[in-house]
Amino acid sequence: MSEVVPILAVAELSVRIAGLHILQGVSFTVAPSGVTVLLGRNGVGKTTTLRAILGLTPRGGEVRGTVRMGDRSLAGEPTHRLVRDGLGYVPEDRCVFAGLTVTENLRLAERRGGSPAYDRVFELFPELKRRGRQRAGSLSGGQQQMLAIGRVLLNDNRLLLVDEPTKGLAPKVVTEVAEVLERVAVAVPVLLVEQNLAVVRRLASDAVVLAAGRVAWSGAADELLREAELTRSLLGVGVAGESHVPLSTPAPGSAALSSPTDGSVPVSSSSDAEVAGR
Amino acid sequence: MSTIVLLTLTGLGLAALYFLVASGLSLVFGLADVLNFAHGLFLSVGAYATWWAAGNLPGAGPSGFGFVLAVAFGVAAGAVVGMAVELVMIRPLYSRTIEQVLVTVGLSLAGVALLQATWGADPRPFPRPDWTQRVTSVLGAKVPNSGILLILAAALVLAALLGFLRYTRYGLVIRAGVENREMVTALGIDVRKAFTLVFAIGGAAAALAGALGGVYFGSVSPSQGGSLLIFAFIVVVIGGMGSVVGSAYAAVAVGLLQQFVNYYGTSGAGDICVVALLAIVLLLRPQGIAGRAATT
Repeated sequence: MSEVVPILAVAELSVRIAGLHILQGVSFTVAPSGVTVLLGRNGVGKTTTLRAILGLTPRGGEVRGTVRMGDRSLAGEPTHRLVRDGLGYVPEDRCVFAGLTVTENLRLAERRGGSPAYDRVFELFPELKRRGRQRAGSLSGGQQQMLAIGRVLLNDNRLLLVDEPTKGLAPKVVTEVAEVLERVAVAVPVLLVEQNLAVVRRLASDAVVLAAGRVAWSGAADELLREAELTRSLLGVGVAGESHVPLSTPAPGSAALSSPTDGSVPVSSSSDAEVAGR
Repeated sequence: MSTIVLLTLTGLGLAALYFLVASGLSLVFGLADVLNFAHGLFLSVGAYATWWAAGNLPGAGPSGFGFVLAVAFGVAAGAVVGMAVELVMIRPLYSRTIEQVLVTVGLSLAGVALLQATWGADPRPFPRPDWTQRVTSVLGAKVPNSGILLILAAALVLAALLGFLRYTRYGLVIRAGVENREMVTALGIDVRKAFTLVFAIGGAAAALAGALGGVYFGSVSPSQGGSLLIFAFIVVVIGGMGSVVGSAYAAVAVGLLQQFVNYYGTSGAGDICVVALLAIVLLLRPQGIAGRAATT
């Protein structure tokens, strides 16, 4: 990985919000192709990392360290300019505009100076074309996620930041979203935050694990997932003897890498076939 | 019967005035989270600029096309002042609520003082075209034309605002920004441009209220803007922060309530009823009539 010039390099990123030192010197790189997945227990700062890269840290928050995309330093640049220059963002909880129609949501995402690729979006999500006049707030969670991904794909991106795209979705929709991301990642590198290990297994080429505000491990995703012992120590998952919850049919809060209640969720090696199967 | 028609139409005239001030205030608050206490100043600027133009601007005058030109000048002045206030005073203070309130309160005080220093504290007779001084008979009620003019102007502004919000790119940005400003930025849009635009629109609408209010009341004084602003704030809260349509409904409710209660009850009771209405709405529906959505 070291020979390849990374698309994104984060160095000594430190974020303090309202007195909490959430990130304490995070350094990692994102490969210029494929999916780099950002892992870690709940509340470890994965979303904070993505938002800091985009310059979306809330006012009063303190950000230190450097973020470089190619030769360019991103620190201090306004968010809208970063996005316009090809940093696409699919936020956690989708954040579609509920009062606007699907068509209006897409129209809003057209970036200045580009030619919006409606063909590409409607080919991936024909549903969005059919539901053009529907208010985004009345779409199902899965459809909203398609819209959130679709509006980013309307434009050409150099890197996509995607935050928990399968959170709260039905198993069938999780598979669909994973399929779309797999196709998207062929053309654009993706930095993905994802809690569903089956999706991670299917998509990720590289992995970065955060723990206690720092990078605890980084390397090839295969290597991490192959070593059950390593996975368990870093992510607190896969404790032997516990009941196996199939990842393809997540019970609320249980299919996550780390649940807020006990922090350890069993990983099934066999039942994630539906999602991981190609 | 004719009394009820008269009270209804004059109440709507008052509502029109409130709506013109409140619509801009509401958009500014909904999009930019700015409580703009200087909004009343935009109204005064519009009134005084119209008054000044009617007497001094070549081509403008107190009647006919000259008056239209004078009002246009007043509205343009309101838009320019609104824009300047956003660019110079508000922009450096986004997300700093206390400082914003202080600077807009200070600005409104300074603005009133400046108008007083220039043209005196006494009311000045406002130019009134002949037609606006007459009355029109509606179902037996003799309704002042200046009130009808206000209602028509407010209806036109409402239609224009809704058309702008629904069918233009900037309108789309404003509607989305009222819902989730940060996400608009994350789609690659410089939302601050929309802030400036909303201040300009709000300034223009308030200035129109100032000009037509001057015609309605027959005079203009430096403190007019401030007293109207209180009711405009009430209208914004009742209607729902950020909603133009909500402002329209709330303005009608407040205008009619005030007019009827002041006539049938004791004078001044209408204002108390308005505050009571505000309290009831806040208790039963804290998000206001329309909630946080620009065009619903």
